[in-house]
Amino acid sequence: MSLSRKHGVIALFVIIAGLLAFDLSHSAPLDPFRAPAILALGSGQAASGAHCAAAPGS
Amino acid sequence: MAHLAHDDRERVKHSPQRSRVWGRSALLLAALSLVLILAAAAGARFGLLLLIGFGLGATLEGLRFGFAGPWRAMILRRDPSGIFAQLLAIALVATAAFPLLAQNGGELIGAHAPIGFAMVGGAFVFGIAMQLVLGCGSGTLVNAGSGNPIALVALPFFAIGSFLGAAHLNWWTALGTVPLAPLSGAAGLGVTLAALGLAAALFWVLADHDNRRLPRRLVIAAAVVALLAIGNLVVAGQPWGVVYGLGLWVAKGASAAGVDLAANPFWGSAAHAERIAQSLLTDVTSLTNLGLIGGAFIVAAWRAGLSQPIPRLPALAWAATIFAGLALGYSSRLAFGCNVGAFFSGISTGSLHGWVWFVAAFAGSVIGVRLRPLLQLEAR
Repeated sequence: MSLSRKHGVIALFVIIAGLLAFDLSHSAPLDPFRAPAILALGSGQAASGAHCAAAPGS
Repeated sequence: MAHLAHDDRERVKHSPQRSRVWGRSALLLAALSLVLILAAAAGARFGLLLLIGFGLGATLEGLRFGFAGPWRAMILRRDPSGIFAQLLAIALVATAAFPLLAQNGGELIGAHAPIGFAMVGGAFVFGIAMQLVLGCGSGTLVNAGSGNPIALVALPFFAIGSFLGAAHLNWWTALGTVPLAPLSGAAGLGVTLAALGLAAALFWVLADHDNRRLPRRLVIAAAVVALLAIGNLVVAGQPWGVVYGLGLWVAKGASAAGVDLAANPFWGSAAHAERIAQSLLTDVTSLTNLGLIGGAFIVAAWRAGLSQPIPRLPALAWAATIFAGLALGYSSRLAFGCNVGAFFSGISTGSLHGWVWFVAAFAGSVIGVRLRPLLQLEAR
């Protein structure tokens, strides 16, 4: 049987599902009631996500 | 007649076209369900970010908007159409982002990073590596989502490289950087748009006469990508990025495996330790990354494009893919971003490091294009 892209994608999704299952079992529980506002714009809150352009210590 | 009509109805009921419609509807329903489940479980912002990621992945794959491929087309065939589309998308984002950042500085931040020795070197190496695997930050995720075997092999090493590059980032940055001086306001937007126009003019002059065009497909793609990137900024409070999320996935695994990240100057700092403790489903770049993969998958499955066989490549090509994946991740952290975080989001939010990244990565790409056949990565 020759392998196709479908097999690669299935393997990828199995790995992602495993990653997310592992993540959910090793992280602080999700809490939609403490979630930030749907839009950062107009929320009055400072941006808090991490970005690859952020220099160390910034 | 009634008998024939019944047969016709049966044929339609079981026709491949009908099953395709069902399959496509199921794909869209599944994607929408994931967005709604995430919004309900973690918060509406995170569901919306996953949706933006789906949109980006579907647009990049569906309309063939990319970065590595168009740069290769310019280098080999002097075809700048894909680069024109990139510059157009960046200009559209900048036109919205500069005023937004000027008026909402407390809530929104740009992709601003300092120019430095390691930053320039990182971008140069990234340019080489992205031509080896024909996928940049977003491209590797999109290609993986559509089942491209090179991207599927490169992606985990990209993530490992990103984790290691971040872990060493403080040391590399200490080699020397110039003070941060982002462009801002109306004057900054004017300078950025003028520079984008000059870059487009330069590629126009360098292009083959027959390739001086911008196809309608790419104009649409640039507009949609720009709209989604602006959406990312408005929803997340920060521009579209890729590589931080990949490194975070490995950092979480390393932390759970007992690696002491608290001693690391980068991963041990308060902001990143907090991200490691929280779920990936609340991390901005992780969500858009997952969306990129999912969106590309939807388009590939929609087109029934997953049946292509995996090509036979020599061991040297697979080894080069693994090495290039590591290099992509490591170098993009030193460069303060990949084609998305540094080039696209950096320039469109006024960071000068985006322009330096563009020049250095393009120079690296010229070498990467030449290396690809030597490493037996060209299709046979």
